[in-house]
Amino acid sequence: MPARVIVVTSGKGGVGKTTSTANIAAALAKFGKKVVAVDADVGLRNLDVIMGLENRVVFNFIDVIEKTCKLSQALVKDKRVPGLYLLPAAQTRTKDAVNPQQMIELCEELKPDFDFILLDCPAGIEGGFKNAAAGADEALVVTTPEIPAVRDADRIIGMLESMGKSPIRLIINRLRPNMVQDGDMLAKDDILDVLSIDLIGVVPEDEGVIRATNNGEPMTMTLDSPAAHAYLNIAERLLGNDVPLMDLESYTSRGFFSWIKKLFKRRTRQY
Amino acid sequence: MDFLRKLFGGGNDGSGAKAKDRLRIVLIHDRTDISPELLDSLREEIVSVLSKYMEIDNDKIEIDLDRDEKAVALVANIPVLRIKRGNVDYDKV
Ligand SMILES: Nc1ncnc2c1ncn2[C@@H]1O[C@H](COP(=O)(O)OP(=O)(O)OP(=O)(O)O)[C@@H](O)[C@H]1O
Ligand SMILES: [Mg+2]
Repeated sequence: MPARVIVVTSGKGGVGKTTSTANIAAALAKFGKKVVAVDADVGLRNLDVIMGLENRVVFNFIDVIEKTCKLSQALVKDKRVPGLYLLPAAQTRTKDAVNPQQMIELCEELKPDFDFILLDCPAGIEGGFKNAAAGADEALVVTTPEIPAVRDADRIIGMLESMGKSPIRLIINRLRPNMVQDGDMLAKDDILDVLSIDLIGVVPEDEGVIRATNNGEPMTMTLDSPAAHAYLNIAERLLGNDVPLMDLESYTSRGFFSWIKKLFKRRTRQY
Repeated sequence: MDFLRKLFGGGNDGSGAKAKDRLRIVLIHDRTDISPELLDSLREEIVSVLSKYMEIDNDKIEIDLDRDEKAVALVANIPVLRIKRGNVDYDKV
């Protein structure tokens, strides 16, 4: 079967698209799938660094499009997880170096050789987003639990819908369960209420993300943090497995106070 | 009091609830944002449909989106001069 092509997008910048792409790609590969993560953020490439493959980048996908090299030459194989590949972006070019039709052709060329193609999209609703989205069938929309991010997600969802992408599913990233518990953060259900879109997972705020970026090793490769588990669950749900949402609160126990609170509430939110 | 509220988890007065309300209103407005061009073409189509049934006063038509805090409504004020009786000439539309 040809690959499923999924664009990871958000509208607002800095909410975790690249982090999500790297971790979901690595997780899918761990599940035995053949995966390529494409850095569609031309000019501001980051996925190579997040995946820890920056030293192995020789060519990029603009080189492929311009026929400077073959596709197989531009693909960087991750030696840590079988089946995981990166197709880097050009750092010294601008988004105008590609057009939607070329992205579609690139994805078509990749499709026969992979199970999943994940496209790490640039922020915004302009050319870069439209290029990345053009090649995709499905979409993952990343947001944080804050008004500006959710608002921009709504805009992007509308655009993805009119482009005919389906399914379009939501990742809520950087949620802080204890702030939600204290009523000081938008809760999962608040966001789902206003966006009316399917949820594919909730990723907690987690220092492990920064450690993983420092080490150049996606969290889902080592699985020693809450966010890693959240991403692994998202990958499973992409594979169609019905994984229950994580109990994030147990990860953020705040000692005695939260223990008493639990006693009274007897209610755990599921993520 | 604040301590008790936190203890019993009734955090509904926190900034999260305020965020939800603000978000809902922002989205109502975002989703109903309409460009002048789109409003013009909407106006033309409404007029052409209505003209099948009635003669309307083209110069005095008002069509706009009316926004308040919580909702948005399409408000149209279209003066009718005469209802067309008998055979409606569908082909003219
Ligand atoms: N769950 C998390 N917990 C803590 N930090 C996070 C989490 N997710 C992302 N971050 C941090 O947020 C920052 C932005 O993440 P990332 O680069 O993945 O976002 P992006 O959406 O790709 O940004 P851009 O729009 O610039 O491409 C990074 O510094 C990252 O470490
Ligand atoms: Mg990014």
